[in-house]
Amino acid sequence: MLLIHCPYCDETLPELEFTHAGEAHIARPENHGGLSDSDWESYLFIRTNVKGPQYERWRHLHGCGRFFNAVRNTVTDRFLTTYKADEPRPELSTLTGDEK
Amino acid sequence: MSRFNALNLLKNALSGNKNWTEQWPDSQPKSEYDVIIVGAGGHGLGAAYYLATQHGITNIAVIDKGWLGGGNTGRNTTIIRSNYLYDESARLFDHALDLWQDLSQELNYNVMYSNRGVLMLAHTVHDVQSFKRHVHSNRLNGVDNQWLTKEECKEYCPPLSIDPNARYPVVGGALQKRAGTARHDAVAWGYARGAAARGVDIIQNCSVNAIRRNADGSVAGVETDKGYIRAKKVAVSAAGHTSVVMETAGVRMPLESYPLQALVSEPIKPIFPCVVMSNAVHAYISQSDKGELVIGSGTDQYTSYSQRGGLPLIEHTVAAITEIFPMFNRMRMLRKWGGIVDVTPDRSAIISKTPVEGLYVNCGWGTGGFKATPGAAHTFAHTIAKNEPHPINAPFTLDRFRTGRLIDEAAAAAVAH
Ligand SMILES: Cc1cc2nc3c(=O)[nH]c(=O)nc-3n(C[C@H](O)[C@H](O)[C@H](O)COP(=O)(O)OP(=O)(O)OC[C@H]3O[C@@H](n4cnc5c(N)ncnc54)[C@H](O)[C@@H]3O)c2cc1C
Ligand SMILES: [Zn+2]
Repeated sequence: MLLIHCPYCDETLPELEFTHAGEAHIARPENHGGLSDSDWESYLFIRTNVKGPQYERWRHLHGCGRFFNAVRNTVTDRFLTTYKADEPRPELSTLTGDEK
Repeated sequence: MSRFNALNLLKNALSGNKNWTEQWPDSQPKSEYDVIIVGAGGHGLGAAYYLATQHGITNIAVIDKGWLGGGNTGRNTTIIRSNYLYDESARLFDHALDLWQDLSQELNYNVMYSNRGVLMLAHTVHDVQSFKRHVHSNRLNGVDNQWLTKEECKEYCPPLSIDPNARYPVVGGALQKRAGTARHDAVAWGYARGAAARGVDIIQNCSVNAIRRNADGSVAGVETDKGYIRAKKVAVSAAGHTSVVMETAGVRMPLESYPLQALVSEPIKPIFPCVVMSNAVHAYISQSDKGELVIGSGTDQYTSYSQRGGLPLIEHTVAAITEIFPMFNRMRMLRKWGGIVDVTPDRSAIISKTPVEGLYVNCGWGTGGFKATPGAAHTFAHTIAKNEPHPINAPFTLDRFRTGRLIDEAAAAAVAH
């Protein structure tokens, strides 16, 4: 069972309270009308699918209900950090994984 | 390689089974091949087998980072069926089902294909409506599928509880009689043996670390643990690791990799005659020829390469199974494991050419590609040999995510496996 730190509740809670919500930092393109089919493909369907530290979204569904971001190593499933949705993406080199 | 027949079995039995020769050699790489297949699962080995037997191409290496069949091929719960909703899928999976019928004879290797039937349970009025629609649509496509009342379900599968007060009451079911199971390892071994006998090199414990391209963009070869190997064509069939391998050729994939788990009980006497699955509770069960109950469900919720998965899902699965089959509630489970499955946005596979000349990909089988093994391998071999798809896999392109011609089995919501 994963233990996940919700940055809004500031508590570390069992996986069952959370839902995974896919890759993080994928911004919806602004000029919809001018987008090519390949741009739509990249936005809607192409995923980085990292083997290693991955930026991803989670939702504290059975708690505060809010979306937040996380960096998790997809090989070990260990969380390196979690952060609020409007905070900038942390540099991987700054992450030690020693989060509580 | 000696052929298996009654005489041979008897001869070897009399000499204590000590004189069997090896079924395929442990090959070392040559410096160049016509075709390199990345991934020695059933799909990759099968593609090599059909390239050799149907297209006369034998200068092939199948390379795996582990042992052959050690990926999802050796980890799956072996359900074989073809009652998918869309025309494209029905054709592809029914093609595979046709090939399963005499695969043991074709390979001279017993893959233990058993058409014991797959029964999908309906628990609600909505299930009944969508299953009946599904049955009709399958029949229009010439795919075997039939509706059973709950009493008929009970008759087909006596251990089933049809108690109306159950947590998930059974109100009927859809039965594909032609569906069933097979021995997963034997499928990999049979194709490996057949391919090796025709000159294919099977190279194990050798990771492909990068795909190299020529100045004109076309495929040049692969970097591996055992050095650089040139190739005219490279065909990737690496299941959960497809994104990682394709990235090295500069191709980004519409895939996400999830752990999918399964578990088996201690072996017991034959009690369970068929395969039963339930979309609503997300669990399925059958009994292996060794006597273990084989139990599985959906993927874990988060992407991962950990090949392990979490316990909450196992708890959910076992809870669901014991609701539908209360008689199993004191069975002891022997072991559980996970595999990494590559999932596409529309939950349909990709068997396709790629933007890179000479590079081909077969992936996106997600939670349900074992059943497709012969069909996928056969059409993938055709695509590689002819540099164009077989009519059956033609809709399963990589570029459908750009053109929008999705094959939306996700929305059709037949549960996976
Ligand atoms: C628990 C579980 C239950 C399942 N149940 C069913 C079911 O009941 N019915 C069904 O139809 N399907 C089922 N599936 C899905 C099915 O197992 C797969 O779709 C199918 O086996 C895929 O076969 P494959 O040959 O493509 O992949 P694999 O057998 O996974 O082969 C891919 C190979 O590629 C190798 N590889 C990866 N990266 C590299 C690299 N860089 N270099 C060299 N080699 C590499 C791997 O080591 C692996 O051996 C299940 C899967 C799991 C995990
Ligand atoms: Zn919270």
